[in-house]
Amino acid sequence: MKMLVFARRNMKEILRDPLNLAFGLGFPVVLLLLLSAIQANIPVSLFEIDSLAPGIAVFGLSFITLFSATLISRDRGSALLQRLYTAPLASRDFILGYTLPLLPLALAQTGVCLMVALALGLEFSWHLLAAILFSLPAALFYIALGLLCGSIFTDKQVGGICGALLTNLSAWLSGIWFDLSLVGGAFEKIAHLLPFVHGVEMGRAVLRGNYAGIFPHMYWVMGYAVLVLLMAVGAFLRQMKRK
Amino acid sequence: MEAIQITELTKQFKDVTAVDRLSLCVHQGELFSLLGVNGAGKTTLIKMLSCLSRPTLGNAYLAGKSILSDGAQVKKMIAVSPQETAVAPHLTALENLELMAGVHGFSKEKTRAKCREMTEQFGLEEILSKRAGKLSGGWQRRLSIAMALITEPQILFLDEPTLGLDVLARSDLWDAIRALKGKITVILTTHYMEEAEALSDRVGIMKSGKLLALGTPEALKKQAGTEKFEEAFIQIIKGDIK
Repeated sequence: MKMLVFARRNMKEILRDPLNLAFGLGFPVVLLLLLSAIQANIPVSLFEIDSLAPGIAVFGLSFITLFSATLISRDRGSALLQRLYTAPLASRDFILGYTLPLLPLALAQTGVCLMVALALGLEFSWHLLAAILFSLPAALFYIALGLLCGSIFTDKQVGGICGALLTNLSAWLSGIWFDLSLVGGAFEKIAHLLPFVHGVEMGRAVLRGNYAGIFPHMYWVMGYAVLVLLMAVGAFLRQMKRK
Repeated sequence: MEAIQITELTKQFKDVTAVDRLSLCVHQGELFSLLGVNGAGKTTLIKMLSCLSRPTLGNAYLAGKSILSDGAQVKKMIAVSPQETAVAPHLTALENLELMAGVHGFSKEKTRAKCREMTEQFGLEEILSKRAGKLSGGWQRRLSIAMALITEPQILFLDEPTLGLDVLARSDLWDAIRALKGKITVILTTHYMEEAEALSDRVGIMKSGKLLALGTPEALKKQAGTEKFEEAFIQIIKGDIK
């Protein structure tokens, strides 16, 4: 299938960029090791491995946005996409081709995070596999955000917006590093209106086997994923038409 | 049937008319060069013919298929080698060739055969396993044209294929382009007069979106009353100013 050929190309482009591997896998793993070391010396309930690991896994997904947005914006800036637009590929082939290869990457990234967490003392249970599966809505949200940013911004802008702004938002508003209720007020309310904290809470609930606890967090994450995906498709089609 | 039949093709961008009621025929197997100063409308014309941009007025037929109503059919029979080098940087040269064959729906066997053919035709053996982003400008251009040709196009658009190449790389690429003459229809845009003169069957000179002159390089020199093709080009362009 033509779309799969394009998707394979996109996956290779992402996996062969050493910076992507360093940030996508290396950085979350380093954070896990670092925060676990802190936890070993100064115990904080938030940094207990069953609480920390799902948080870092969701935070790591913000790099998927960076990969996706960088690839798309670079393609838009180069003549390669112009060439591919003259090939018999439909707009859905481009959108699926940019989206699908990132799903297994996101799942693999979550899997690696949880495996490192196992080495750091996380107890093995089948909920681990469920946690990987239930990371899909958050993964879709971050992938769609990448498609949206890549369709709107240049590769330089993507570096700033997805590399700095999004990763910071994803870190501070997700309740990974500190309990949001400690700050309270507008900060906590805003955080709960965004999907980041819900993604983390959902992961924590699944890992503890508390499947009833994934609600309403899953609704928030899925709602954002669908909304951003629709916006991303619109933005991609618009730039495609402009080209 | 003509390879390309353009009728009153026009592209308007707000206040600017990039291509202005241009009509032209390009014969099958012909190597046709489009010349003009910057902003003459060459690239816009190619973008319309390759279905990348919709004309404001007029139509064009490529092997009988309309760019307005048969875009999908047109895309199956054309290939474009854009002005900038259009390769996937982290893919090897071979993977770039396979990518283009794949997005055109070729089977694995046909992809392998076409990759072999392009490798031989463009002498790509030594760079086949190297990543495209690490290749020199000359090799990237050569690969870029091979990527266009692997899809077996009836019509090939080459937008300034030798821009920025050194003399040797340009000469090599000229040989490769010459080898295509008579086999497929090639539309070439270039700023190099000697390139247009050496390679083209016919030349069209554009200015401000209009076709000022059309003919073989010899006929254009005769028309301008000069020995050198570059002088003929300048006279034709300046003659319009007068």
